[in-house]
Amino acid sequence: MTIVYEDRGDEAAEVPVRRIKFTINGQKKIAEVEPRLLLSHLIRRGVGLTGTHMGCDTTNCGACTVLVDGRPVKSCTMLAVQVDGREVTTVEGLSGPSELHPLQEGFKQEHGLQCGFCTPGMMMAAKALLDQNPDPTEDEVRWALSGNLCRCTGYQNIVKSVLWAADKLRSQAG
Amino acid sequence: MTQALDEIKIGGLGASRKRVEDDRFIRGKGNYTDDITLPGMLHMEILRSPLAHARIKSIDASKAWDIPGVHLVLTGDMMATRNLAWMPTLSYDTQAVLATDKVRFQGQEVACVIADDPYIAKDACEAIDVEYEPLPVIVNPMQAVAEGAPVIRDDKENQPDNVIFDWEVGDKEGTDRAFAQADVISRLKLHYPRSHPSPIECCGSIADFNRATSKLTVYMTTQAPHIIRAAVALVAELPEHMIRIVSPDIGGGFGNKVPVYPGYVCSILASILLERPVKWIEDKSGNLISTGFARDVYLDGEMALRKDGKILGVRMHTDSDHGAFFSDAQPSKFKIGLMHSAFAAYDIPYAHLTSRGTYSNKAPGGVAYRCSFRVTEAMFFQERMMQAAAADLEMDQAAFRRMNFVQDEDFPHRTPFGFLTDSGQYAKCLDVGLRAVGYEDFRKQQAQARERGKLLGLGISTMTEPLGAGNSREYDILGIKMFDSAELKVHMTGKAILRTGAKTQGQGHETTWAQIVAHELGIPAEDVVVEEGDTDTAPFGMGTYASRSTPVAGAAVAMVSRKIRAKARKLAAHLLEVSEEDVEWELGRFYVRSAPDRGVTITECAMAAYSNMPDGMEPGLENTAYYDPPNLTWPFAVYIVTVEVDPETGVWDVLNMVAVDDCGVRINPMIVEGQIMGGLTEAYAMANMQFITFDAEGNCVGSNYMDYLLPSAWETPGFELHSEVVTPCPHHPIGAKGIGECAAVGGPAAFVNAVIDAIGDASVRNIDMPLLPDRVWEAITYHHDVSGAPPVRADDEAVH
Amino acid sequence: MYPSRFRYEAPRSIDEAISLLHEGGDEAKVLAGGQSLVPLMKLRFASPELVVDINNLPGLDYHREDADGTIRIGALCRHADLERSALLKSKQPVMAAAAPLIADPIVRNRGTLVGSLCHADPQGDWASVVTALGGFVVARGPAGRRRIGIDDFVTGPFQNALEPDEIAVEAVIPAPKGALAGGYLKLERRVGDFATVGVAVAVETSAGTVTRAGIALTGVGGATINAAEAAQALVGQPLSEQSIEAAADLAAQAARPRTDHRGSAEYKRHMVRTFVVRILNANGDGSAAADGAGGDEDSAERAA
Repeated sequence: MTIVYEDRGDEAAEVPVRRIKFTINGQKKIAEVEPRLLLSHLIRRGVGLTGTHMGCDTTNCGACTVLVDGRPVKSCTMLAVQVDGREVTTVEGLSGPSELHPLQEGFKQEHGLQCGFCTPGMMMAAKALLDQNPDPTEDEVRWALSGNLCRCTGYQNIVKSVLWAADKLRSQAG
Repeated sequence: MTQALDEIKIGGLGASRKRVEDDRFIRGKGNYTDDITLPGMLHMEILRSPLAHARIKSIDASKAWDIPGVHLVLTGDMMATRNLAWMPTLSYDTQAVLATDKVRFQGQEVACVIADDPYIAKDACEAIDVEYEPLPVIVNPMQAVAEGAPVIRDDKENQPDNVIFDWEVGDKEGTDRAFAQADVISRLKLHYPRSHPSPIECCGSIADFNRATSKLTVYMTTQAPHIIRAAVALVAELPEHMIRIVSPDIGGGFGNKVPVYPGYVCSILASILLERPVKWIEDKSGNLISTGFARDVYLDGEMALRKDGKILGVRMHTDSDHGAFFSDAQPSKFKIGLMHSAFAAYDIPYAHLTSRGTYSNKAPGGVAYRCSFRVTEAMFFQERMMQAAAADLEMDQAAFRRMNFVQDEDFPHRTPFGFLTDSGQYAKCLDVGLRAVGYEDFRKQQAQARERGKLLGLGISTMTEPLGAGNSREYDILGIKMFDSAELKVHMTGKAILRTGAKTQGQGHETTWAQIVAHELGIPAEDVVVEEGDTDTAPFGMGTYASRSTPVAGAAVAMVSRKIRAKARKLAAHLLEVSEEDVEWELGRFYVRSAPDRGVTITECAMAAYSNMPDGMEPGLENTAYYDPPNLTWPFAVYIVTVEVDPETGVWDVLNMVAVDDCGVRINPMIVEGQIMGGLTEAYAMANMQFITFDAEGNCVGSNYMDYLLPSAWETPGFELHSEVVTPCPHHPIGAKGIGECAAVGGPAAFVNAVIDAIGDASVRNIDMPLLPDRVWEAITYHHDVSGAPPVRADDEAVH
Repeated sequence: MYPSRFRYEAPRSIDEAISLLHEGGDEAKVLAGGQSLVPLMKLRFASPELVVDINNLPGLDYHREDADGTIRIGALCRHADLERSALLKSKQPVMAAAAPLIADPIVRNRGTLVGSLCHADPQGDWASVVTALGGFVVARGPAGRRRIGIDDFVTGPFQNALEPDEIAVEAVIPAPKGALAGGYLKLERRVGDFATVGVAVAVETSAGTVTRAGIALTGVGGATINAAEAAQALVGQPLSEQSIEAAADLAAQAARPRTDHRGSAEYKRHMVRTFVVRILNANGDGSAAADGAGGDEDSAERAA
């Protein structure tokens, strides 16, 4: 990726950047970024994966949730430089080449989304839950998602979607 | 033997068809405004006022211009030289685009910077120096009309004070007579507090003016693209055919994405000046502090009662706080929206409403947030007054409502304020709800619990509302009538594309409109692609808000499908070599009445429209319908909530939440239930925790997500939904009524009534929302009502 | 939501980190979890010139119990690790009660207890817990290590006692001498809300008599309040209804709440009192968490 900016002949205008190497959805990348660049902007604008959304400016809504080294984080509250040497997984990395992840199927089967804006963050938080706890209760699902806000659904169908996915994952595991 | 298609199998009416939209959203492949990048695109950030009311003494943007990567800094005086510092609102007022003389609310737009990237734009905003001279602040209607109050809109001619309008409706003499005859008069005063719709996605636009073609394209978060096109044509003085508004995927609207915001206008001007695309995406704090809020209305209500419980008359006075500019998007005839829809479900002979609107030093708004044009206020006031009246009469809450309901056989019913309601089975809905919640048992448990000092409560709320604005005789916005439209093109292989003048923001139109086409034409829903939101291709419509889409655009979809079917019938007759009178229709097929085995499918008719037309017939199978609804549709609902209140802390928990919704024919039951659950959650949120208010200096408290609380999956209760009662709309082509906002309209009062019922203290008749623990505790401990009206309490005030 | 520019370094050893901080002086900030610092920088309430990211420093992500029962929490131990900790559930009821109530589950994956103490937010929950337990912070600087008692560590709202070139590397909770019980109750209207009122209570008993007690308050003053007098009222006798009421009254008096949009000062004092009583009455099972609405009594036990 190329960054082009104005040369006003003024050294102060030079913007120091840092080189980072990271993996995103299994693909290895190199980027040169300003330290102040937020991880969510690296994902959306740098890598061009716009499935991770930004909904607030105070680390509350969770629409930007991704996995870093398998653990869910709010990507708006991490600096891009902090994923140097780390693995990032976004919603685009959920499905395989030809099939959907059971969470994605579950959200469709159980009407777990309406406008779709909070959905990627919800699914990533849910994936982290199911990775740790393959057979959660309804309360455990609600607790795990309590850092992700939704305005449209009232959460009841989101919970059903996650439990649907949990069932399918367990039956796939045999 | 019938060869009609199975309607559920092809995804017709009543099918809980899985959503078409989901396929892209679950993959993270949605196309929201901030996902769009155009070549050469620049980024805009807005500098906002820190003060609520102040004269601007000077603005120095020189340091901002010097920052590398900055292309343009816009201030109010630059806008003024282009006649763009002010713009008209959807309520015939004017609103500042960028402040010139004064700032009139905290967060008001003062300047904007366009730069290579938003980080630089933000750096430059910080480098702009503005000198302010503070002025006294008004944060509620009482202050607005007090003697000596500063005039906020001194920019307007003929505006000597802060009053926007005085409006009234109803029968004053009749109502006065009814009150004179009353055995009991029940009075209630309360504040429906300011709330913010706060969809998760903020507002934004990408304005792209192409100098070579003179065409302006704006990708933006709007629920009403055609209204925006008209507004831009007016404001920017560009010819309407050279403006294209594209509303892509929208991350929730709830009325927040209807108004025209200064950010949109600035991005458009910047693009015209710079001849490059300019993207403006606001942040959540900007959204909460400056965009279209909801509610903020004070009620003084009275009910005249006969001692057996019959309501003889209702009097309401409302004071509404509209902020610094009157910018409500609502039918222009009704200054306080459809507030006079109150009490439509009850058989009351006389009612009178007076309403006053005032300016204040707050962001403009009032009509928003799933409100159906202020029906949220109307129904909340209604059900809180019903609760208080039943308590004053010492009557059972359910029995009081039941005895005053409009009876099933009395439709169409003229309400005391002059609406004509169309249909309903109110008592049956109440029965279903009471049975589901176990009413009698609950009352017994409640009494036993009270003896042990445990506070259980039950709250009932009913609502009916006028949805589907609206008929051209009565309804318009800025003079434009509120019809809607659908254009259907059936291709030669029998597949189709449908476009409407509505604009989905999560309601599932891509899925449901196709279901109407399947119902009318027998074309499987999966063979109909649905598009909305591009003013270059969509037929003219007034957009999606106020639950108007199924009633109006949905009706247009049915009507255009029928036009297509009428032409297909002619083609069928031609193919079957019989006259049209001999042709019958069953789902998906025309057949000869006297020889039912002889028939042609709709697909065969489609092919014929392009390859085998009868002499004299225009080829093709495409048409458009514009639907001017004859009346509004009137869904009805009963919401019942049970709670337990902890008297020591004021914290309350929901035990049960039962919803009985009668919205007529349900196109897609799964989607209807999703809408109801979403509305119930917002009702819970308003009743429990959402709080945006102002202190005495006009500082907005709750203008970010740390303070403005939305419930998560952990706090939100579960819901029990009932759909047994179905009263089709008698005048809607498929018998459907609106539903999107019903639960937000009727829900809040159920929660509040439940907590008041739990407290069970005759001297506690009202606690303003949100029912925060400290308010509930104060009411219980001090046996008095608790108000939440601004200015918010500060240290030097005593509780009692 | 866009921070201003800064220099960034990600040292690989503590010595390197310390020397970077020494260079940066007042204009440098340590970045650990970042769940307090990054939000402040996004709102431009903090604009350090140098950010020293310590996430790559090895061997700081532990929490463990020494042989004598002392609990040590490393600078990179995340809230989520503490929430899941079997050690805390069995040995440290006050900490176990508080861990699930910090922010929300996603933020808990990054935020750190030590970072929270350094941030010194008067609304911070951990500071009250560590105060009630009489803990201290271990700092490392160019001159070596030193211990700073928690009461001396927080010097004001968002201010701590560290020198500009010191890093907090560990929080230490002294081993209880008697049987340790207690809890943390927080009035929040929703997961992730700041505390309207938070109360940490720790009591150690020996043969039924209270030998040590600590009570600390969140959100009811300009900083964490150490209600020492209230705690002292419990010591030297078994817990009784009278001693609990006396301690609760004194704790309420120690609070210095403001009337604001979260409630009146009177209500907040009342809640301090109520929480002290509830924690001490639930003494047997050690934890009873109450979040504002919809939560149930077992929410503290939930595992993510």
